[in-house]
Amino acid sequence: MLALLIRNRVCAGFPSPAEDLGAKRIDLTQVLITHPQATYFLRASGHSMVEAGIFDNDILVVDRAVKPRNNHIVVAVVDGDFTVKQLYQRQGRIRLKAANPTFPDIVPKEGQTIEIWGVVTSCIKQFPV
Amino acid sequence: MFALVDGNNFYVSCERVFRPSLNACPVVVLSNNDGCAIARSNEAKALGIKMGAPWFQIKHLAESEGLVALSANFALYGDLSDRMMSVAAGLGPRQEVYSIDESFIDLSGVRGNLVERSHKMRARILQWVGIPCGIGIGSTKTLAKLANHIAKTAERKPGSYREHLAQVCNLAALAPAELEAVMAATPVNEVWGVGRQISKQLNESGITNVLELTRLDAAMAKSRWSVMLERTVRELQGTPCIDLDQAPVPKQQIACTRSFGHPVTEFGDLNEAVTEFASRAAQKLRKQGSLAGQVLVFIRTSPFRRDTQYSGSTTVPLRRPSADTAVLVNAALAGLHAIYQTGFKYAKAGIMLLGLQPDKVQQIELDLPDDDEQEDRGRLMTTLDTLNQRYGRGTVLMASAGLAGDRRSWSMKQERRTPGYTTCWEDMPVVRA
Repeated sequence: MLALLIRNRVCAGFPSPAEDLGAKRIDLTQVLITHPQATYFLRASGHSMVEAGIFDNDILVVDRAVKPRNNHIVVAVVDGDFTVKQLYQRQGRIRLKAANPTFPDIVPKEGQTIEIWGVVTSCIKQFPV
Repeated sequence: MFALVDGNNFYVSCERVFRPSLNACPVVVLSNNDGCAIARSNEAKALGIKMGAPWFQIKHLAESEGLVALSANFALYGDLSDRMMSVAAGLGPRQEVYSIDESFIDLSGVRGNLVERSHKMRARILQWVGIPCGIGIGSTKTLAKLANHIAKTAERKPGSYREHLAQVCNLAALAPAELEAVMAATPVNEVWGVGRQISKQLNESGITNVLELTRLDAAMAKSRWSVMLERTVRELQGTPCIDLDQAPVPKQQIACTRSFGHPVTEFGDLNEAVTEFASRAAQKLRKQGSLAGQVLVFIRTSPFRRDTQYSGSTTVPLRRPSADTAVLVNAALAGLHAIYQTGFKYAKAGIMLLGLQPDKVQQIELDLPDDDEQEDRGRLMTTLDTLNQRYGRGTVLMASAGLAGDRRSWSMKQERRTPGYTTCWEDMPVVRA
């Protein structure tokens, strides 16, 4: 004996194609923000990071939940001010490198602490229209 | 078992997230109209500045001690509070938001070492959001609140309690002898719900510390003092009997929040809930003779469900401080409109009234009575119509009509307010590149 089970869908009314696809419009925040509680936006001011693609007036997406690692672009607190630089960590010593040869690196002096405030995960540019 | 997660010097800590240079100096946050100190950094406390100290009395410290005073920036505090609360919700299955910087977490069923788990949670909130917290754990809310006080004091004043109690304190994990020692070292006025009056009376009866209060006979507390004190004593003895609805109203703010019995998706349901919360909060507000300057509203999914998560909150400033139910409900609903998103299963919603001030210092042109009775509403409307007829349409508007953002010339004195770092595109913090 062979039993056949046939499933039939009964549709009432006009079918809505949208329901089947379940598609949602692309939402930028889904891509830009992984940890909503830990993500802040900061505006860049200056030219020290142009070779990393960060220009004056760009908006930086900063995720504080990401653990800072070597080569990450980070927001650091130096003498009470926010600065964005590339993080270099070697043998427990850190250095903040600019991505523009005309800017010097920042190396913590004796007794000076540099706090890494967050890791830059995206950079948003807007063009005049 | 309950945990109380509480942001340290919350308003000051919020300011410090975006102005790290403030970390080194004494900071106070001033109330509406820059009147008095409503939050103090540890350094400011060390200068002897008391809670509620009028600005003119401490002004001289700006020059001599480098004291920095800021106007309250409720938009910022509301956003950081929402972040902190939604991270803290992961500590246990149920969260009750008690105020802008405090939430109780029900730890029932949570396994493992609670102190270790709480230390991790504390570190996460500090790292992710930027706010340092104290976490207190106890078998009742009153004990959790007491534990929180101990955790914070042990950190702020080394030597006041043993070092291992700093930042996270679990009273339920202490050996009986240490628990007694800790309670004996804590004055009764630090107990949740024991006000200045009652603690004075207790002191006169020879009850000065928490241990003595705990040993008081509950029935006696009721007959000699009040049902409220009886409940407090029972809670200290380890019998849970305080619901948040009957809990003492926190200073400087009123909160009405609730977790829903089952997930809510429809705007209409949230609308109803928020209206009810705002009405209840307005009642509490009038009962204590205060006006509110801002209404915070939040909605949140549950971190314990596998659904997509969403947490939204916004702080709606009132054009002028009010205790009018209609004004507060309108503000709360305007906020809800702004943060509601379809497609989420909401588990919790709430409102908070912030920037409270006594209704006696109200800056108001019309002396309008309470709106509880239709009759008064009618009188208000008649007055409004008469004025509009006499002086032209739009002379007097419902305050809610002004919520859309038109800043009238009338505005509060907030000379030292920091920008809306996280709520306003133009105010984004600047980082040097």
